[in-house]
Amino acid sequence: MSDIIRLSAAALADRLAAGDISSVEATQAHLDRIAAVDGDIHAFLHVNEKALDAAADIDRRRAAGEQLGTLAGVPLAIKDVLVTTDMPSTSGSKILEGYLSPFDATVVARSRAAGMVPLGKTNMDEFAMGSSTEHSAYGPTHNPWDLERIPGGSGGGSAAAVAAFEAPLALGSDTGGSIRQPAHVTGTVGMKPTYGGVSRYGAIALASSLDQVGPVTRTVLDAGLLHDVIGGHDPHDSTSLTDAWPSFAAAAREGATGEVLKGLKIGVVTELPDSGFQPGVAASFRDALDRLQAHGAEIVEISAPHFEYGVAAYYLILPAEASSNLAKFDSVRFGMRVDVAGGTVEDVMAATRDVGFGEEVKRRVILGTYALSAGYYDAYYGSAQKVRTLIQRDFDTAFGQVDVIATPSAPTTAFKIGEKIDDPLQMYLNDLTTIPANLAGVPGISIPSGLADDDGLPVGIQFLAPARADARLYRVGAATEALLVDAWGGPLLDRAPVLNERSRTMQEGSR
Amino acid sequence: MSEITPELVRHLGVLARIQLSDAEVERLTGQLDVIVDNIAKVSQVATPDVPATSHPIALENVFRPDEIGQTLTHEQALSNAPDAADGRFRVTAILGEEQ
Amino acid sequence: MAAALMDFDKALELYEPVLGFEVHVELNTKTKMFSAAPNSFGREPNTDLAPVDLGLPGSMPVVNEQAVRYSISLGLALGCSIAASSRFARKNYFYPDLGKNYQISQYDEPIAYEGQVEVELADGTLVQIPIERAHMEEDAGKLTHVGGAAGRIQGAAYSLVDYNRAGVPLVEIVTKPIFGAEHGAPELAAAYVRTIRDIVLSLGISDARMERGNLRCDANVSLRPRGQEKLGTRTETKNVNSMRSVERAVRYEIRRQAAILAAGGTITQETRHWHEDTGVTSPGRPKSDADDYRYFPEPDLLPVVPAPELIEQLRAALPEPPATRRRRLKAEWGFTDLEFQDIANGGVLAEVEQTIAAGAAPTAARKWWTGEIARLANAADRETSELVEPAAVAELQKLVDAGTLTDKLARQVLEGMVAGEGTPQEIVDARGLAVVSDDGALIAAIDEALAAQPDVLAKIRDGKVQAAGAVIGAVMKAMRGQADAARVRELILERAAQ
Ligand SMILES: [Mg+2]
Ligand SMILES: [Zn+2]
Repeated sequence: MSDIIRLSAAALADRLAAGDISSVEATQAHLDRIAAVDGDIHAFLHVNEKALDAAADIDRRRAAGEQLGTLAGVPLAIKDVLVTTDMPSTSGSKILEGYLSPFDATVVARSRAAGMVPLGKTNMDEFAMGSSTEHSAYGPTHNPWDLERIPGGSGGGSAAAVAAFEAPLALGSDTGGSIRQPAHVTGTVGMKPTYGGVSRYGAIALASSLDQVGPVTRTVLDAGLLHDVIGGHDPHDSTSLTDAWPSFAAAAREGATGEVLKGLKIGVVTELPDSGFQPGVAASFRDALDRLQAHGAEIVEISAPHFEYGVAAYYLILPAEASSNLAKFDSVRFGMRVDVAGGTVEDVMAATRDVGFGEEVKRRVILGTYALSAGYYDAYYGSAQKVRTLIQRDFDTAFGQVDVIATPSAPTTAFKIGEKIDDPLQMYLNDLTTIPANLAGVPGISIPSGLADDDGLPVGIQFLAPARADARLYRVGAATEALLVDAWGGPLLDRAPVLNERSRTMQEGSR
Repeated sequence: MSEITPELVRHLGVLARIQLSDAEVERLTGQLDVIVDNIAKVSQVATPDVPATSHPIALENVFRPDEIGQTLTHEQALSNAPDAADGRFRVTAILGEEQ
Repeated sequence: MAAALMDFDKALELYEPVLGFEVHVELNTKTKMFSAAPNSFGREPNTDLAPVDLGLPGSMPVVNEQAVRYSISLGLALGCSIAASSRFARKNYFYPDLGKNYQISQYDEPIAYEGQVEVELADGTLVQIPIERAHMEEDAGKLTHVGGAAGRIQGAAYSLVDYNRAGVPLVEIVTKPIFGAEHGAPELAAAYVRTIRDIVLSLGISDARMERGNLRCDANVSLRPRGQEKLGTRTETKNVNSMRSVERAVRYEIRRQAAILAAGGTITQETRHWHEDTGVTSPGRPKSDADDYRYFPEPDLLPVVPAPELIEQLRAALPEPPATRRRRLKAEWGFTDLEFQDIANGGVLAEVEQTIAAGAAPTAARKWWTGEIARLANAADRETSELVEPAAVAELQKLVDAGTLTDKLARQVLEGMVAGEGTPQEIVDARGLAVVSDDGALIAAIDEALAAQPDVLAKIRDGKVQAAGAVIGAVMKAMRGQADAARVRELILERAAQ
């Protein structure tokens, strides 16, 4: 395996800037890795045929002395929920098979402008509905730690791609944990920014009031670097914040010194019972907290009495908004059309949506239609919006007492593919700890906390901060990461099983 | 118990323009019944004194100046159309009337 | 499809009509409500589109600030309160002319609510129309039905969709139920729409051309038996796209419903479609459970919270209310009650005002709009106000004032204007209609005529000046009417004296 692909994005960027490695070499190394392992992982739905051209262009510009962005020349995997002009964007659905967008998502345009090289589009649960990537219309993605297990979801493709060293960085989207929960089960880093901190323009909407685009990486610093590229105000997204954001990469670098832990107040939610978590997950979480405490952090018990209503509120708000957002897939302007002999346009629309949507999508669209329909609105959607207020108040109270809140990123480690697919309710409970951040709009980051002692699979610790305090998460996340990696004697991913490389086309270790 | 019935699911399918088979209606009825029983608990704490939150981060008056910006070319607009004629999107006969 | 109808007076004897209107006004902003694509009319299909107008995946709406200001101004002109906080909502329903299969509209928090509009009837009666709300929303695309009879939806083989109109800013004005219109109900309907048109024109926020759909009226009609408290079942008649049609449609619905009720039948709550050609309404979709629009707050947009200073600024800039304006103009122009009612009832007040503003004398402007233009409109079965532009009428009158055109020639030029042949001057040039002011040509014609009628010449020379009439006729005929008769007369007397 080429050592180029094992470099962090920050290290790769340094080598590119120094001229040690060209972007073409770096891109080729990742394309080779994809060719070698993606048959087993299935992280990618589409590999960019023009990646090497984009890389060569960056190399030319660098050679010409052009001032390039920090991540210029670094390859990037893009979750298929983000529309791209040069690659199909399907959001994991058959109904959008082959769809070519006439515009780039803002985060994609910004990545390109920063000189990053799009490697391809990554697999996901259809329309980001799921926690396992089993609901992709194009087949499941496999967890690089155990190919029989799920890589999390909905952004399992992006997480698996970075965990399998197929890409140093990826873009994800997080509606109820779709960046953080895959990070948890793949031993990677996932950051959901403050709602409005990163543009949603060009992200195929699932639930507009919950969706947020963010970085999927192997290190906290890499996440900060990517966040610096994609973040900031976008006039195309009315909900985009106009705040002047600090450099998140700088925050991560500052955090890595560990200073931030001295006197840091970390809240632990009393209402999240240990019993709800797999023992190995709970143990890893406690262990991480102990280490943080040993380095000067103070662990404070806080109460968030309404978090337990979060999942219920989420599974009303999400389907409701999704049922409306997905109405545009009607076979008229784009996407699949199923013809019905002698049928009216109504018949054609209904047949197309029956064939084009997968089971989970239909389930949620029907549920959302119900939640919004006359006579049920107040009891369901209206009440769920009130629960949002209550959860925001819980956060406000908590952040009056602590700097960050910590939770396990998810209740269990990666489960087996197929294990929960017939039990939607069990599947929904997976998002228990990640959902409150989406409902309240606050930022959250998941970083590896270790391996569960009961099954040897990765576990993540999630930190939550007040809205707009994303930089605090980079500081605390980087400090925790430095502490743990030091204790482990190397990154957690070093302990992942070696993947079987099927076809090697590139010269090994060219440098 | 919630009030999810096959008739309701079928009606929701019409509203959502999804042609559900009988088997799908049956399966969804059972699943939605369980899910709705679990999510209905939001009404326990959603008392009248609690205001609803539609947007996680409160903003207001986000506007765009009335200036013409970038538009799609005619070709771009029609590039993904399943069917088109005379520069327009083509659909089969419409049954219902306009709203 | 012709339904049984009851005599109108008989219907009014038995039932009290209750009216309600939903008027949609297209705003004339430069761009759409939620996108920076041009707000255009008549362009090539599917050319003025931004991603959100087609509902493309990943697209998002952003509110046009000017549309909000226009909406507030309109709300104020309708005497409404402006909401301290207003928000957008999604109205969910599937229809191929909707790019997203939901319309962004307003539901529980409209921008303006609780107003009142004063409407004047032909006899000068003032009626107060209670306004429930005015809300902002977006227009839908345009469907063309192909393969059916006369482009009707029924029986069409397929339909074509042009989304250029999708996203054009609309304000929907909804009245409360209107009682007490009685026999004047049909007239009140037209007068109400005319008043809304006058208001939006005076605000300059809409082109308000009904034939282009800038202004569209849905008329709600219900009847209740005399003495009954409870309101009857209403129908909503759509597609009524001229003031004349609004009047006719309301009259038709009153007569149709009365016939059904008198025969012991019940009225179906439904939307009905007005057919301009046959003058009847026909049933659309019945209102049923299927009309479950699943409104919810639009998560992609944020509340509109107009600053009190902005509201006051817009209030201060409001034009005067129509009734006040009518009183003022009547005095300014010096018309009698009758003369002024001609203008008001003809629905051409704004046109007369604009024609005068463009330089024509009040009497001339009134004469054009209530005379020849109204006659041509009537003959063509079109709205008088939509036939020609006021500025062009003023230009035409200028040519008359300058002696370039006689009244008779001017009428010919007007016909050319209606036919779209160009500006008055262009038509004069193209048709060669100008009065011959070259005395040389006139004298040649006069000499010829006098030579042909020596007896007449003798009479004139004898002092029988009125005999000149016969020569004038011959000269005018020779000049094909393009001469000023007074000048011809002058010249005849001159030549005869020589
Ligand atoms: Mg309406
Ligand atoms: Zn409307």
